[in-house]
Amino acid sequence: MSFVWTIAEHHAGRLREVALEVLGRGRPLADALGTRLAAVVIGHGITEQDTGRLIAHGADEVYVVDDPRLADFRCESYSGVLAHLIRTWSPEIVLAAATTSGRTLMPHLAIRVHAGLTADCTELAIEPDTGNLLQTRPAIGGNIMATIKTPRHRPQMATVRPHASRPPQPDPDRSGRVIAVPMDTQLEACLDDRTQVLGYRTDAADFANLEDADVVVTGGRGLKRKENFALLEELASRLGGEIGATREAVDRGWIGYPHQVGLSGKTISPRVYIGAGASGSIQHLAGIKTSERIVSINLDPDAPLHRVADVAVVGDLFEVVPALIAELDRRRGAARSGD
Amino acid sequence: MRIVVPVKQVPATDAVTMDPETGTMVRSAAASVINPLDLYALEAALRLRDSSGDGDVVALTMGPPPAEAVLREAVSLGCDRGILLSDTRFGGADTWATSRVLAAAIERLKPIDLVITGERATDGDTAQVGPGIAAWLDIPLATYVAHVTGVDGAAATVTVERLVEDGYQIVRLSTPALLTVVKEIAPLRLPTLDGVMRARRAEFERWGAVDLAVPAEELGLKGSPTRVVNIATPQVTREGETIDAGDEAGVAQAAVRIADLLEDAGVVR
Ligand SMILES: Cc1cc2nc3c(=O)[nH]c(=O)nc-3n(C[C@H](O)[C@H](O)[C@H](O)COP(=O)(O)OP(=O)(O)OC[C@H]3O[C@@H](n4cnc5c(N)ncnc54)[C@H](O)[C@@H]3O)c2cc1C
Ligand SMILES: Cc1cc2nc3c(=O)[nH]c(=O)nc-3n(C[C@H](O)[C@H](O)[C@H](O)COP(=O)(O)OP(=O)(O)OC[C@H]3O[C@@H](n4cnc5c(N)ncnc54)[C@H](O)[C@@H]3O)c2cc1C
Repeated sequence: MSFVWTIAEHHAGRLREVALEVLGRGRPLADALGTRLAAVVIGHGITEQDTGRLIAHGADEVYVVDDPRLADFRCESYSGVLAHLIRTWSPEIVLAAATTSGRTLMPHLAIRVHAGLTADCTELAIEPDTGNLLQTRPAIGGNIMATIKTPRHRPQMATVRPHASRPPQPDPDRSGRVIAVPMDTQLEACLDDRTQVLGYRTDAADFANLEDADVVVTGGRGLKRKENFALLEELASRLGGEIGATREAVDRGWIGYPHQVGLSGKTISPRVYIGAGASGSIQHLAGIKTSERIVSINLDPDAPLHRVADVAVVGDLFEVVPALIAELDRRRGAARSGD
Repeated sequence: MRIVVPVKQVPATDAVTMDPETGTMVRSAAASVINPLDLYALEAALRLRDSSGDGDVVALTMGPPPAEAVLREAVSLGCDRGILLSDTRFGGADTWATSRVLAAAIERLKPIDLVITGERATDGDTAQVGPGIAAWLDIPLATYVAHVTGVDGAAATVTVERLVEDGYQIVRLSTPALLTVVKEIAPLRLPTLDGVMRARRAEFERWGAVDLAVPAEELGLKGSPTRVVNIATPQVTREGETIDAGDEAGVAQAAVRIADLLEDAGVVR
């Protein structure tokens, strides 16, 4: 039996990459406790390839609950199914990604199974003497790091900040067991039809998936005009990146809310964050502090964003960004002609 | 239609003190305001009430007596009623115990149509209380709601768009239901003069543990599964490199350094 469980998100017939990252978080915990690591996948159309990938990335066991009525994330049904599985198998620890689904499902489930839940953790460790899970998370806009423990209740539950760690390297030779959980009458009873998924709008104009982007190029009031976001788009397109924005830029109607980063917008952990004409207010910084690398381009040498940057450029974005685009194109051209 | 909006009082600045013994927040030390993200929950509730033509919006807050100030603010914006949930036994609650008390209070306000909360509080920052309340009340839940596209009183449903990673998920919930909303839900109103006058005169009911009939072992710190065991202030500044791009050579150097960093990170296409 596995005592460390990870919830593997499966959506629209596909395993989400973040599932692998959560396994990477769970593996050292299972090793420290000398126990097995499981992935629990709920959805529809879960394939052998999916379960194989989970095993290659560290799962010893994969619990599969596959049913057409579970194809879309619906909190009550997923929570009901998981509560049933938790009662049946009694895991010590349950981890999920702090995605929009994870941050919906886990607090709901924590009430159902009477467990403690720590939000959006950036570090997890096992306390040597007690075997308790030590869960560390940013709070108060990232200004403090709190370490939280659940001494008496089981399972110990946590959501982990997506992209704050890399997924583990797959090992195709790892072996593991797949447990297909049958939809028996007890699980049937967990399905809840009070929520109906009518569909998705994924082609909305002015939408951005900042959470999963490797690069986010963010513009602030220093861009001066809506049209100038085109400059940042030119840069982002060379990096496969997305466009972020400060609240100032959003509130001026330069760009839509799905682009907003910060306290009243999205929290992101891209590999590279580039801020151009964004001052780096505490509210903005709250959303970007766990970025792997930060680049700041700002005329003002005292802009707070410079202080958290790996590369801080004191200069005019309308000069620096075009020069950067030219430099990237020059290098690419050089690489081509060198082939 | 009756809509209940739980609102939280949070520190206005980032200067917050912690009780080193219990790891809980000492709230009275900093100036407090209504959680800025709860203003969107209030806005959504007021709009739905006004377009339905009847009903009331009830604001609820759990906190020490000074938290009454956020109820006054809610009334100044147009809420009909405010209830303070205050009891020394509520202190030190984690999200499990907080949602327990809020749900018990909402239970007393039934029949209700909707509960609307903020996406998250700017201090505790867990976003766990809204879903927790829905679980306690056993009502359908939609989080990250950006648009309410339909309310059908006769069928007792509400249709919403949830802002998720790869787009908007469109869901229909049977009511009563709980929504947590994001900033996109609607632009905020300002308090009206009339509202401010009403708020000044308003008196708020105060409910404690006895009124809510929640067992003592489920309240406050005692009823909280989690414990904050350590608080650290992280080093936020990075040992970065500063480049002065004040002249042409500086601009060129900046471009090279950023391009190096991007290549190093493996993100150049
Ligand atoms: C409750 C609350 C929640 C909030 N939530 C958010 C949030 O989620 N996200 C958010 O971003 N903000 C948020 N804010 C707002 C925040 O306080 C700041 O007002 C905002 O982040 C500032 O945006 P900005 O950096 O675009 O503008 P400014 O602070 O005005 O900065 C513009 C910067 O551009 C620079 N600049 C100007 N011209 C150039 C040029 N040619 N080249 C280079 N640099 C140039 C300037 O030096 C300046 O530093 C929130 C505030 C509150 C109170
Ligand atoms: C540093 C720190 C870290 C913490 N980490 C955790 C943790 O990981 N897990 C945990 O269980 N607890 C944690 N807590 C405790 C938690 O902050 C409190 O339980 C708090 O009362 C509610 O959580 P929140 O501030 O995160 O609210 P959120 O869940 O973010 O709030 C969401 C919404 O719920 C409503 N709401 C929340 N609180 C109230 C209230 N008192 N009255 C009325 N409406 C309210 C509001 O509409 C709000 O917008 C932590 C506390 C601190 C100080």
